[in-house]
Amino acid sequence: MAVQLEHQPSSPEGRLDTEGLELQLLLEGVYRQYGFDFREYAPASLKRRVWRRVDAEKTGTITGLLDRLLRDPDVMERLLLDLSINVTSMFRDPTFYAALRTQVVPVLRTYPFTRIWVAGCSTGEEVYSLAIVLDEEDVRDRTRIYATDINEAVLERARAGVFPIDKMKEYTENYIRAGGRRSFSEYYLAKYEGALFERSLTENVVWAPHNLVQDRSFNTFNLIMCRNVMIYFDRTLQTRVHQLFYDSLERFGFLALGHKESIRFTGLEDRYEEIDGQEKLYRKAR
Amino acid sequence: MTDLVAIGASWGGLDAVRSILAMLPAELDAAVVVAQHRSPESHRTAFRDLLRSATRMQVREAADKDALRAGTVYIAPPDYHLLVDPESVSLSTDEPVQFARPSIDVLFESAAESHRERCAGVVLTGANADGARGLRRIAELGGTTIVQDPEEAVRAEMPRAALLAVPEARVLPTAGIAPLLVDLCGLARVPA
Repeated sequence: MAVQLEHQPSSPEGRLDTEGLELQLLLEGVYRQYGFDFREYAPASLKRRVWRRVDAEKTGTITGLLDRLLRDPDVMERLLLDLSINVTSMFRDPTFYAALRTQVVPVLRTYPFTRIWVAGCSTGEEVYSLAIVLDEEDVRDRTRIYATDINEAVLERARAGVFPIDKMKEYTENYIRAGGRRSFSEYYLAKYEGALFERSLTENVVWAPHNLVQDRSFNTFNLIMCRNVMIYFDRTLQTRVHQLFYDSLERFGFLALGHKESIRFTGLEDRYEEIDGQEKLYRKAR
Repeated sequence: MTDLVAIGASWGGLDAVRSILAMLPAELDAAVVVAQHRSPESHRTAFRDLLRSATRMQVREAADKDALRAGTVYIAPPDYHLLVDPESVSLSTDEPVQFARPSIDVLFESAAESHRERCAGVVLTGANADGARGLRRIAELGGTTIVQDPEEAVRAEMPRAALLAVPEARVLPTAGIAPLLVDLCGLARVPA
């Protein structure tokens, strides 16, 4: 007996409904097979990133991608890169690093030892930028930076400290605008296509996998930097991660967010003092 | 009824965006999202302030997860992509798309997919092809597509590329775009 399919999607609109369902199934599959939970990511950017992988793997549909990755961990690894690499640059937002230098470092200097968490450090650009500031302010040797990311392959790249040579012009300009005190080229060795950053910069950095969505706090910190990472999360997840940060900060510890992020609507607004509204620098007050 | 208007502009866009917003009433019953190509080094608030002085609508540079509200204009911050989710805007620092961040295509595609037939896309002056692909997506999902008359545009490349991708789009001078948007979106009842 022939079955009449009443809701066969033929229009682009029908395909869109199907696509929403496919995306949900993909995220559920990723979670149940591999344990990574992207179900509370903000949908628009997530969808773009998933489609980038669909196109690269030539699976045609999101369901095609799900089919592949359930059977092939290499495909999952590549999707994980797409979903977890947050593109940034050294000294992105130079004014932020200038504020860090003038408003945060003088406080850190009064402590015998400082712990800093760079959460969602991706390929490490911010970690190296931070290490350079600490170095120039003579506090690097009594600071430990915990640089974490969900993705171990990305951490490996960050640890290697090699960045594209063609970015050095932009980074140098950023560095100067951020109030750098030396010549930026002192920090790296140009080799082939890459700029290899000075090893001593990261001798006090602990690179470790950590999943902001699922893992708990692992220490307490005097400064937590998490810039342009939570923009990929939905509100519910953002609120949970903010609670994690609050619980992980020492009293009077600093929280640094991206320029277009804020602690509004997290329920923790009144727990922080705003140090610099423009630079999104906050301090745990209670 | 349309409740989201997405505007994309590049070279020459400031005047075009400003003249459209100047003609939109504060009671417009839609949120307006704008991607205007500009340098990351451009003055932080200059673009927003210029638009603010030109229109009675609320104008803000979009912050992450700002709720979409009728009568409000959300401008993409320089060096971020602006995207639209069902209830809010969203930002991303993903790679530039065709050298642009904000990318008009990224904005339009997310606007189309989150608001479908309730979305109107407007492509204005510019010297590249950004927005064409996104406008196509808006058309596919039943939204309204509008392109500035290339004859009037400071740079005609972007409107022409949009028309190649979406030949059925309405072609209008900026002076005709605002009245059409008012027709499409309607006016919200004035709060007592």
